[in-house]
Formats: sequence, structure tokens, C-alpha cells
Amino acid sequence: MSATLAVVGSFEIPTIEYAALAPIMIVMGAAVLAVLVEAFVPQRFRRVTQLVITFASLVGAFAMVVKAGGTSQIVAMGSVAIDGPTLFMQGSILVLAALAALVMAERQVDPSGDSFAPRASALPGSADEQAFTRLGWLQTEIWPLFLFCVGGMLLFPASTDLLTMFVALEVLSLPLYVMVGLARRRRLLSQEAALKYFVLGAFSSAFFLYGTALLYGFAGTVSLTGIANALSASAADSGLVVTGVALLAVGLLFKVGAAPFHQWTPDVYQGSPTSVTGFMAACTKVAAFGALMRVLYVALGGISWDWRPVMYVISALTMIVGTLFALTQTDIKRMLAYSSVAQAGFMLVGVVATSAAGLQGTMVYLLAYGIATVGAFAILTLVRDSTGEASHLSQWAGLGRRSPWVASAFALFLLAFAGIPLTSGFTGKFAVFTAGVAGGATSVVVIGVVASAVAAFFYVRVIVLMFFTEPSAEGGPSVVVPSAFTKSAITISVALTLVIGVLPQLVLNLVGQAGVFVR
Amino acid sequence: MTTFPWLSVLVAAPLVGAIVVMLLPKGADKLAKQVGLVLSVLVFALTIVMALRFDAGTAGDFQFGVAYDWIPAFGVKFALGVDGISLVLIALSTSLVPIVLLAGWKDVDGSRGSVRGYIALILTLEAAMVGVFAATDVFLFYVFFEAMLVPVYFLIGRYGGARRSYAAMKFLLYSLFGGLLMLASLIGLYVVSAQITGTGTFDFSTLAGLSIDPTTQRWLFVGFFVAFAIKAPLVPFHTWLPDAAAESTPGTAVLLVGVLDKVGTFGMLRYCLELFPDASRWATPLVIVLAVIGIIYGALVAIGQTDIKRLIAYTSVSHFGFIALGVFVMTSQGQSGSSLYMVNHGFSTAALFLIAGFLISRRGSSLIADFGGVQKVAPILAGTFLVAGLSSLALPGLSSFVSEFLVLVGTFERYTWVGVIATLGIVLAAIYVLLMYQRTMTGPTPDVVREKVFDLSGREVLAIAPLLVVIVALGFYPKPVLDVVNPAVARVMHAVNATDPPPQVAPVAEGTAK
Repeated sequence: MSATLAVVGSFEIPTIEYAALAPIMIVMGAAVLAVLVEAFVPQRFRRVTQLVITFASLVGAFAMVVKAGGTSQIVAMGSVAIDGPTLFMQGSILVLAALAALVMAERQVDPSGDSFAPRASALPGSADEQAFTRLGWLQTEIWPLFLFCVGGMLLFPASTDLLTMFVALEVLSLPLYVMVGLARRRRLLSQEAALKYFVLGAFSSAFFLYGTALLYGFAGTVSLTGIANALSASAADSGLVVTGVALLAVGLLFKVGAAPFHQWTPDVYQGSPTSVTGFMAACTKVAAFGALMRVLYVALGGISWDWRPVMYVISALTMIVGTLFALTQTDIKRMLAYSSVAQAGFMLVGVVATSAAGLQGTMVYLLAYGIATVGAFAILTLVRDSTGEASHLSQWAGLGRRSPWVASAFALFLLAFAGIPLTSGFTGKFAVFTAGVAGGATSVVVIGVVASAVAAFFYVRVIVLMFFTEPSAEGGPSVVVPSAFTKSAITISVALTLVIGVLPQLVLNLVGQAGVFVR
Repeated sequence: MTTFPWLSVLVAAPLVGAIVVMLLPKGADKLAKQVGLVLSVLVFALTIVMALRFDAGTAGDFQFGVAYDWIPAFGVKFALGVDGISLVLIALSTSLVPIVLLAGWKDVDGSRGSVRGYIALILTLEAAMVGVFAATDVFLFYVFFEAMLVPVYFLIGRYGGARRSYAAMKFLLYSLFGGLLMLASLIGLYVVSAQITGTGTFDFSTLAGLSIDPTTQRWLFVGFFVAFAIKAPLVPFHTWLPDAAAESTPGTAVLLVGVLDKVGTFGMLRYCLELFPDASRWATPLVIVLAVIGIIYGALVAIGQTDIKRLIAYTSVSHFGFIALGVFVMTSQGQSGSSLYMVNHGFSTAALFLIAGFLISRRGSSLIADFGGVQKVAPILAGTFLVAGLSSLALPGLSSFVSEFLVLVGTFERYTWVGVIATLGIVLAAIYVLLMYQRTMTGPTPDVVREKVFDLSGREVLAIAPLLVVIVALGFYPKPVLDVVNPAVARVMHAVNATDPPPQVAPVAEGTAK
């Protein structure tokens, strides 16, 4: 026995802090369990089992996040940081994912079942698929995919070395590519979106990996702190660093949806099942911004003078491009896609502040934006005509007269996107802009303010359409009454949007306690 | 009772009323109107009681102050308090709301939107109006400033005329743009205060006490000023006003032009001058030029209008020129005149818009050419319209005269030629008011008018009478208003470090005023 130990002595036994990693492990474990359920549980019990597993794991993980509140440590042999920002972002991701899951669980809106393809592997329009639909079989593979994706998202902002970060990136991305292609209706559009997302996503992952390799070549380590130390030790500018950072940034900015790496958003947002779009838009952004900020603040904080000007330009460009393209859209999903690009630009203002206030402002913004996004896309699933969701802008005319409550809720989310005071969006915008000015990025903030004014136009245009325009003569789409799932998702989103708007101190306290990244 | 939170109640009561009205059952339109009217009368009564307890001797200080922590992370407080100027503007707001509700009793019956919604929106707007004048925290001021937009937007867009959607959108976009520029300056101000004092604050008095370096002041000033210039509106930011006023119901137009736009000029006086004194002096020449252009241009365009409501809107552009002029000539006469003018203009424009609204709803057209000889079929309507019009053209004995005269005296003290040109505005005012009166009220009565136009009902008289009483009363005895306004103006003058030129004409102004 002792002899064996002596041999092993030179090899460090990995220590895993299970308690700190519990949220990630619960969700990942649930995902594996969900795969087994999909394989072995009889069809009629599958859905309910999947829902129980999903929500139980999300709630359990959230409880573990809350329990870990206030702690700050680097775990899993230095590759995962469970610090304040991580916990806040994990909490945000879990809340947003739970809200999105409520929308995804909806089965009352579409007359033929849920909003996902009954059998995604069947060719669209094939006899195989028709037979499947006729039999009323429904696969529930969306849930394991969803849980894997959430697991990856929980790990992504917590990673403290680039390899773990890359693994997390892939774990969150791959299921997402599949989920995008699962729409029940307009399947070709959905599959096209999935393919585009996959190809471009794979490209960006490659960029990320290449950047990692170059930085490893420079620093001899993939750990973020290691890179930071190497950077402070070497005075000379290295081509490896510049190229590596640039490539790494491309990979991260792609996930964030920042210009000029935003081209995928409109197609993917439009093609995905709407409930997945809401989930993707809200949660991916939180995870990706978390990772981006950790890389920029922890690893590259020492050379912020080099990357800040570039990020200024990207932030400004993202706001301008997102806003201008959103102006010309006639499809609500595409409009919200470009709006999410613009929102990413606003969040980048907080990132370029390179301060604790900037980090915290961005986290508030992410949560506020995520909640409004999930809510807005949930409402999108309800407005339907005979062919499915009615997402063309003209079809929304007069909605406020027929369904005042739904239209009012949507108007609230739009006002939050526009950053009108007393909504959550204003709190976020104020927090990042304040941090931006204090961090010396006044010019970017001014561009942001002007972009907000322009952006208000297309948000308000939808409100005008819903409330002030007469509905078209042939009746147009109607609002379907959803089950308690979607109802509760929308209600919670509305409530949180108002609470963060009117009593922002609650959230500001949380991010204030979250502090800064552990190094 | 000394700690009774007057201002918080004034803000909260209309809001609660709005919620109550919305919760009424569908179809309870009459009840909704009654609840709205009773509540707004109560709020006004409360304002009067508060005003009576207001200490005019120290009207330059903020009274009835309350402050609760709201967002400690940003140093934001829910802080309210009134000085003399904000007191009279709050009184203006809360007095106009019941009048508007009474006068517009039938305006929204059978319209697209619900009556309950209309009442609730007006009450919400009232809460925001009180809040915006009472806020002593700049952040809170901004929140009310922006929050005001939402009810007005729906009031125009839902209950307005044929081009309501366009007008509502234009109004909102102009205002939002201005508001966001102000937000940028607000953030800048916060950061600057954090740099100077160590902790960022939005407290007005603390911010006014900071000495910010002149260059920074100019940038911050521009953000605030443009927002206020759009709101007021000054030429060239005025094009949204005629559309918005012409497309809204008379009641909305009254609150929009009579009160909301005052936030712009109030903001210039309170926030631009006191927070950025150096920058304000730097910008004075430009603002004076804009104001004078506004006076003359607004008046000339008003003469050319064919639509009654647009005409009244353009007269307001001209009058806002006067108010801005008075604020920026940096004399106490000018600023007292401007403060008084804000109140007087509110009442006389309210009377004009409401009576024009009665006229238009009877005839079903707002074109001047569609009227004529109304005086014969509806003498009371014509008579009240004439008094309101004469007040608008600043006839001595009616309220606007005093304020316009004070502004001009204040201007002459410092800039003789500006005063000379601005005086032309009064001449032009006589032209547009009297021409409008002549074309609509005198001459032969067309058959259509004879058939459709009838005289004011008891309810309408009840709504208009208080306005005319106030117009005449303040025309002869403006002292109560001036007494509470003057100390606040003195504070502003002190803050911008301005002193009056040696008094030459001032005593005469006081004498005439009485």
C-alpha cells in the first residue's frame, strides 16, 4: 500500500471541490439522465419525466448557487473560478433558462403539439415524417439538449483557463446548433438556420482555439492568470500576443453577437423555434459576456491600453450596425435579432470601462435584457395565424385592441429594450453608461445615447402598430391562450422587468456583493 | 401635521386614482369620469392647502422636503421639495387637470380608446407633472421627465385626430432624443460629482454647489439645454408641437402646451442656470438669438395658419420665445417675468384651447375658413374666446401683460435692441389673435355654422369661468405669485452670479404691474 503511494507521490491527485461545482454537475448529471429517459422510458411518460428532471435540476442548481453566495475560490485544479461574478451569472443563466424552459414546455399553443419537430431526423415533408406525425409521436430530445447547453453555459463564464473555456464553449454550442434546427413549422428555414449557425460557429470556435494556441505559445500556459503574469513579465510587444488576443476575441465576440461578427443572428433567430430563440438570445449572451469579460479583465487586464481602442470601435460599430439594420426590418424576429446586436453594443460599453463598475453594470444589463428577451419571445409564440406564428410586422397591427394585456406586456418589454426609465432596461443602461463615462469612454457613451434614441424608433413603431393602427380587414392573426407554462413565464418576466426598473437596488446589491473576478 | 408628506401625497394620489379608474368595470365610463374629477379636485384642494402653508418669506429654499433612499448604489434619492417657482407650477398643473376633465367630459365618448383609459392616463400624467416640478434629485427629475412621455404619447396616439399616429410618434421621438441627450449629461454630471466630492450624488443642492470646470460645464449644459429646448420648444426644435397640439384632444393639448412644455423653460431656469452657471453665461447670446427668432417666427407663422389649433400652437412657440428670453437675459425682472409668464401662459392657452375645442367639436372642423359670425349664434362662446385671445396678446389688465412686460423690461435693461425686436412680437400677437377672432366670430354667419354651433352649456361655462377669473385676477394683482417667485429667482440670480444693471426702469414695471 505504502509502496504504491510512493510511486504516485510525484503525481498530484486531482482535487475536485464538489460543493462549489455542484450547480454545473447537477445540470450536467440531469442531462445525462435525460438522455437515458429518452432511450428507456415509455413514450407517454417521457415528457412529464423530462420536465420534472429539467425543472428539478434547474431549481437544485439555483439553490446550490444561492448557497455558495459570498464565497470566492478557484477550484478544480485551477481551471474553474467560483467567485461573485460567476455565481451571479450562473444564477442569471439558471433563472433565464427556467423561464425559457417554461415557454419550451408549452403544448397548448400549437394545435399539433409542442413547437418542436416530432422527429427531427426525418426529412422535411417526407412520408416518414408524415407517418410519424399521424401517429402523434413526439420525441422529447429537446430537453437533454437543453440541459447540456445550460451546463456548458454555467461553465463558460467560470472557466479560468482557455482550454476549459473552449470545452464549455463547445458543450454549450453543439446542442444549441441542434435545437435551432428543431422547429416544427417552417422546417427548411429552421434547418438552414441550424446549418448556418453550425458552420459559422465552428469557424469561430476554430478562431478561438487558434488564439488559445498562440497565447499558449507566448505564455507557456493556458491559465488566464498565467497569461496575465507572462504579459506583465515581458515588456516587449509580441506578435503572438496581438494575433492570439485578436483570434480569441473573434471567437468570443461571435458568441456575443457583436459587429462585425453578428451576421448569423438574424437568420438564426428567425429560423429557430421561437422559444429556443428566447433561450439562446438571453442565456448565451450572459454566458458569452461572462467569458469575454473574464478573459479581458483577468488575462488581458494588464494590456488594456492595447485592446481598449479596438473594443471602443467594436462597441460603437455594434450599436450603430444593430440599430440601423433593425430600422429596416419587417419581421419581428429579425428586428429583435438586430436589436439584440445593438444591445450587445450597449453591454460592451460596460466591458470597455474595465472597472468593477463596468463589470457589475454589464451583469445588471445582461439580467435585465435576458428577462425582457425571454418574455418578448414568449409573447411572439402566442401571436399566430393558420400557418403558425405570425411574425411579420404588418400582422401585428391592432393587436392592442384585441388582446390589450398581451400587447401591453409586449410594449413593456419593448420599452425595457429602449431603456425607458422605470423599466429594467433603463437600470442596465444607466449602470453601463455611468461606468463607461467614469472609465473614460465618454465618446462611446455618446454614440450609445444617440443609438438608443434611434433604437427607440423601431421599438416604438411596434407599439404604434399594436395600439394605434387599425387591424387589417381580413382579421389577421389572433393571440392564442396559452397554458400555465407560458403564462407564468410571461408574468414572471413582466414582474421582474418592473421590479428591476422601479427598485433596482435589489439587483444592484447583489452585483455589488458579487464584487470582481477572483484571480 | 408638520411632517405630513404633502408632495409625496400629491404624486401618489393621482397614481392611485389612475389605478382605481382602471379597475372599474368595463362600461362604467360615467363613474370613471366622476372619480377622476373628484380626485383631481381633491388634489387641487390639497395643493391650495399646501400653498397656504408655504412660507413665502423663505420661498428661495426648498420646503416640504422629503428624501428617501431609492437607489443608494447610484446615490439616488426619492427627494421632493418646492421653492416658489415649482410651487406655482404645481398649482398650475393641479388646477388645470380638473378643468380639463370637466371641459372634456364628452371629448372621448365613443372614441377608439376607452374612457377609463383616458381618465387614467390624465391622472398618471398629473402625478408625473407634480413629480417633475417637485423633484430635488436630478435623477428623479429625469425619471419623471421621461415618464411623462408615456401617458402623453398614448393620449395623443389613442384619442387624437386623423394624423394622431404620426403626431404621437414625432412627439415621442423628439422628446426621447432630447431626453437621452440629457441622460448623457446626467451621467456626466454624476461622474463629475464623484470626482469632486468622492461620492457621486444627484442631490440638486449639492450639485449646484459644485464648481465644475467651464469646459465640462459646457458639454453638460448642451445635453440639458437641448432636451429643454425641444420640450419648451424653442425654434428650431419646435416642429413637433403644432402636429402634437393639432392632433390631440383639447384637454391633452392644454396639458401638453400649458404644463408639459413648461418643464422645458422651468428646466432652463432651475437646472441649466443653477447647475452650469458659467456655461449658461457662455450660451446666453445664442439662446437669446434663438428666443427672439422664436418670438418673431412663431408669430409670423401663426398669422399664416388656417387651422385654429395649429395657430394656437404657433402662438405658444412665440410665447415660449419670450419665456426663454426672460430666463436668459439674467435680470431679476426677466426671470420673475418668465416664471410668472409660465403660469399665465398656462391659463390663457388653456382657455384658448378649450374654447377652440368647444367650437371645433360643434362645427366638426378646425379650419378657420369654415367659421364666421359665431358671435351671433353663440355670444358667450365668442366672448370668452375674445378674453382668452386678448390675454394671449397681452392686453393690459389681463395676466399675460404683466409677465410679458416684466420680460421686456428685464431685456431692455441689458440688451436694448433685443428688447426692441422682441416688442414687435406683441404687435404681431395682436394681428394673429384679432385676425382669428375676426374671421371666426364676426361677419356673416354661414348656414352650417348657424345650424351646428350653439352656445356654451353650463358645464362648459363652469370649466372656463375659473380660467377667466384667474386671468383677470392675475392681470390686476400678480403680487401673490410674484411674492413666492421672487426669492427663488433671487437664488437663481445668485447662482449664475448675475446682478441687475443699475435700476432705471424697474420701479415703473412694479408700479404698472399693480
